[in-house]
Amino acid sequence: MSALSDQLVTYAILAYLVAMISHAVEYALGNARAVPAKAAAPARELVGAGVGGVGGTVDEPAAPAVTRPGRSGARAELAGRVAGWLTALAVALHLGALVTRGIAAERMPWGNMYEFVLTVTWIGSAAWLAVLVKRPQLRRLGLFLTLVMVLLLAFAELKLYVQVTPLMPALQSYWFIIHVSTIVFASGIFLLGVVPATAYLLRSGWEQGRRSFPYTLAKRLPGAAGLERLTFTLHAFAFPIFTFAVIAGAIWAEAAWGRAWGWDPKETWAFISWVVYAGYLHARATPSMKRSVATWISILGFATMLMNLFGVNFFFTGLHSYAGV
Amino acid sequence: MTTVDDRPAAPPAGAPRRRVNPVLALLRNSWRQLTSMRTALVLLFLLAVAAVPGSVLPQRGVNPENVDRYFVDHPDLAPRLDQLGFFEVFGSVWFSAIYLLLFTSLVGCILPRARDHVRALRMRPPAAPKRLDRLPAHAVLEAPAAADAEAIAAVLRRRRWRVVVRGNEVSAEKGYLKETGNLLFHVSLVAVLLGVALGSWYGWHGNRILVADPENAFCNTRQQYAEATLGPRVDSADLPPFCLTLDRFEAEYLPSGQARRYWATVTVDNLPGDAARTAGFSVNSPLRLDSANVYLLGNGYAPILKYTDRYGRSQTSTTPFLRTGDPNATEEGVAAFPDANVDPKTGKRAPDQQIAFEGLYLPTAPDQGPFVESRFPAERNPAVVLVAYRGNLGLDAGIPGSVYKLDQRQVENGKLKQIGDKKLAPGEKWTLDDGSTLEFVGTKPYITIAVRYAPGQLLMLVACATLLVGLMGSLFVRRRRVFFRVAAPDTGSPTSGSSLVEAGGLPRTEHPGFADEFAQLVAAVSGDGRDDRRAPEGDE
Ligand code: HEM
Repeated sequence: MSALSDQLVTYAILAYLVAMISHAVEYALGNARAVPAKAAAPARELVGAGVGGVGGTVDEPAAPAVTRPGRSGARAELAGRVAGWLTALAVALHLGALVTRGIAAERMPWGNMYEFVLTVTWIGSAAWLAVLVKRPQLRRLGLFLTLVMVLLLAFAELKLYVQVTPLMPALQSYWFIIHVSTIVFASGIFLLGVVPATAYLLRSGWEQGRRSFPYTLAKRLPGAAGLERLTFTLHAFAFPIFTFAVIAGAIWAEAAWGRAWGWDPKETWAFISWVVYAGYLHARATPSMKRSVATWISILGFATMLMNLFGVNFFFTGLHSYAGV
Repeated sequence: MTTVDDRPAAPPAGAPRRRVNPVLALLRNSWRQLTSMRTALVLLFLLAVAAVPGSVLPQRGVNPENVDRYFVDHPDLAPRLDQLGFFEVFGSVWFSAIYLLLFTSLVGCILPRARDHVRALRMRPPAAPKRLDRLPAHAVLEAPAAADAEAIAAVLRRRRWRVVVRGNEVSAEKGYLKETGNLLFHVSLVAVLLGVALGSWYGWHGNRILVADPENAFCNTRQQYAEATLGPRVDSADLPPFCLTLDRFEAEYLPSGQARRYWATVTVDNLPGDAARTAGFSVNSPLRLDSANVYLLGNGYAPILKYTDRYGRSQTSTTPFLRTGDPNATEEGVAAFPDANVDPKTGKRAPDQQIAFEGLYLPTAPDQGPFVESRFPAERNPAVVLVAYRGNLGLDAGIPGSVYKLDQRQVENGKLKQIGDKKLAPGEKWTLDDGSTLEFVGTKPYITIAVRYAPGQLLMLVACATLLVGLMGSLFVRRRRVFFRVAAPDTGSPTSGSSLVEAGGLPRTEHPGFADEFAQLVAAVSGDGRDDRRAPEGDE
C-alpha cells in the first residue's frame, strides 16, 4: 500500500506537470475570453460532492470580450480543456495517494510533514476544481495553480519523504483529527487563495497600463475586480476554519501538555498568521485602504503559514517537533 | 461596499468654531486616532512582528535550558537582549504595550459601534428613495400577484425581512446579524484576554518527577516541586492539599521503538473529606482533580544502586536518571553518597571520602561495547555504565548544583578523583579499590508530571465559542435593503386598471449574490416564483 501511495504521488506530479504545460500552451496560443461560459462544466462529475462548499458567489464582471475565433483560438480552447481534465486526473491520483497512504498507516494521513503537505496541496487543488466548475472563465489561473502544485509536491517528495509510521502517544487523540484536519483544510484554501491574489496584483497592474515584465504575464488573465473578490471569498471562507483549528489545537494542548497556550514556536507562528489574516480582513473592510495593499497582506499571511509549516520544523525545536522531517 | 468608515478625525467643516481646551482637544484627537481602523491595523501588524522574536530566540517560559545555552554561546549579546526582555517576549513591556493599546483601541471601537447598532436595531427601515431606478437593483412588475403594499410586506415577512409599510411604499431590510456578529466577535476577543489575565493572576503550576516508590510520594506543597510558578494573587498556603503516589507505570512500544501507549496509575490521597483512591492517567487524558489537573509529560527509569562502604554500612539510592533525548531512552545521571564512609566509632564524617557514581543507564544495552547508547526504550537488557568518584562532592559549599550532574569544579580542582568505571547488569556487584561495593539492584520507573490550576480556562473556552459564532455572522451575513412602491391605479400607466409595482434593491455590504436574491424576491412578489419558501441560500 505504501509503495502504491508513493507511485501515485509520482503520477499525480506528472499529471499536474502535463496540465501545467497544457495550460501554458493555452496561454501562449490563446486570445482571451474565447472560453464559452460552461466550457469546463464537464469536470463536475469528477469533482464529486466532497469538495463543494467554497462560498464562491463571485460575480465575474463581463470582461471585454476579445473574441477572435481563429484557429489558434480553437486550439487554445482545446488546450485549456485538456488542462482542466488533466488537473482533475491529477487530483484523483493525488487523492488515491492520500487514501492508500492512510490505509498503509492505519490512520489519517496527517502524521508528519510529508503527509501534511500532501494533504494541504490536495485540498488546494480540489477546491480549485470546485472554483473552476463554478467559474469556468477563471480557468487560466490553472497555470499558476498547477505550477504551485508541482513545486510543492516535488519538494515534499524530494525533501520531506518519510516511511509510514504509526502515531506517537501524544498524537493519539480525537483532537488530533479535529485539529489537524481543520488546519489542513484551511491551509489548503489559503494556498489556493494565493493564486487569485497574485493574479490580481499582476492583473490590476496590467489594467493600470503597466507593460513591463511581471505584468505582461497578466495580459490574458480574467478581470482584476473578479480576481480580487475571489481572493476575498477564499480567505473569508478559510479564516473561521483556521480560527477553529487554532482553538481546537489549544484545547488539545491543554489535555496533552497541560497548557492551552504556551508560545511554542508553532503556536507563535499560528498566532502571527492569525493576526496577519485578521489584518487582511480589516484592511479590506476599510474603504480608504487600497485593495492592492490588502491583497499584499493576504500574501504575507500565506508567507507566515509557509514559515510555520517549513521554517518552524526546520529551524526551531518545540513540542510540535514530532512533525519532524 | 462596507458599512465601515474611518471615523472622521476632524469635526465637520462649517461647524461653528468654539474655543476648545487644547489639552482636551489633544486628548480627544488622540483617542480618535487610537480607535481608528488604521491604527488598529498598524497595531495588529506590530503585534505580529513583535511575536517573531518569541519564536526565533529561546524563551524562559518555554525552555529555560536553551536560554542558558544561548547565554553561554553569545556572552556579549545575551545580557543586552535579556535587558530588553527578548527572552520573555510575551511578558515584556513592549509586547504588553502593543496588545493593551490594541485592546484599548478595540474597546474604543466597539462601544460606539454597539451604541449605533442598538439604535439601528430600534430604527425602522428608512423610507424608499424617490427614484428606485437609481438603485443597484431595479425592476418594474406589471400586474403582480401581490399587488398592494400589505401583500408585498407579507411576502417579505415570510422571508424574514424586517418590513415597514408607509402608505403605498414598502421598505425592508435584512442582515442585522452581521453587525451583531461582528460586535460579538470583538467582545469575545476581550473576554479571551480577560481569561488569560485571570489564569495568570490566580493560576499556578509546578513540575516534578515521581518515582514509583511509596517513599517518593508527593504532596502538593511548593517545596516539593522542582520548579513552580504561582500567580501574583496566589500564596504558597493556597495550594490545595493532596498527595500522589505512583503505583505503576506502563509503556508499550512498537518493534521500531516508537512508543505506542503510556499509562500511569497513582493513588490520590489526603483530599479533604475523601478516602484515598486509585486513578489512571495518560498523555492525552490528564488526571483531573477538583483543585488542579495532573499531566503526564515524560517518563524514565531510576536505577536502584546500593553502596556498601568500607565500614560495611549500606545505603541505597533510587535517583532518576534523565533521558538524553535519544529515542531509545538512554539516560544519564548521578548517584551520590555524601554520607558514605562515616567512621562508626568516631561518627566523624570524612568529607574527602564521599563517593558518587556518574554515568549512563541503558534499558537495552548492546551485546558488545561501546556501551554508550541504548538499543530499545523498554528494558530488555538493562545495564548501568558508571564512573566512580571519591573525594569532596562540594555539596556543602552552599552552591546549589544539579542533582543530575556532578560538580565539575570539584573534579577540575582535584578534590574529586575518578577511581574506575564499570558496566553492571541487575544483581551485579562491583568491588572498589577500598573494598567497598556497589550493587545495581534494579530499576523503578518514574514519570515527569506537571500540576496545574488554570482558572481562566472555562471563560476562554466559552469566549472562543462565541468568537467563532460572531465571526461567522460577521463574515457571511450581508446587509441589504429593498423597496417596493405600488403605483396608484390610473396614474397613467399603460396597463391602467391593473397595478404597477416598482422595486429597488440596495446591498449595504459587499454581496455578489444580491442580484439573484433580488430577482427571486421580485419573482415571489410577481407570483411566478410560486415557491415562496425557497429562500436564497447562505444568508442569516
Ligand atoms: C485584537 C485585535 C483585533 C482582532 C484580532 C480583530 C479581528 C477581526 C476580524 C477577524 C474581523 C473579520 C470579520 C469581518 O471581516 O467582518 C474583524 C472585523 C472588524 N473589526 Fe476587528 N479585530 C481587532 C481589533 C479591532 C479594532 C481595534 C477595531 C476598531 C478600530 C476593529 C474593527 C473592526 C470592524 C469595523 C470590522 C468589520 C469589518 C467588516 O465590516 O467586514 N477591530 N476584526
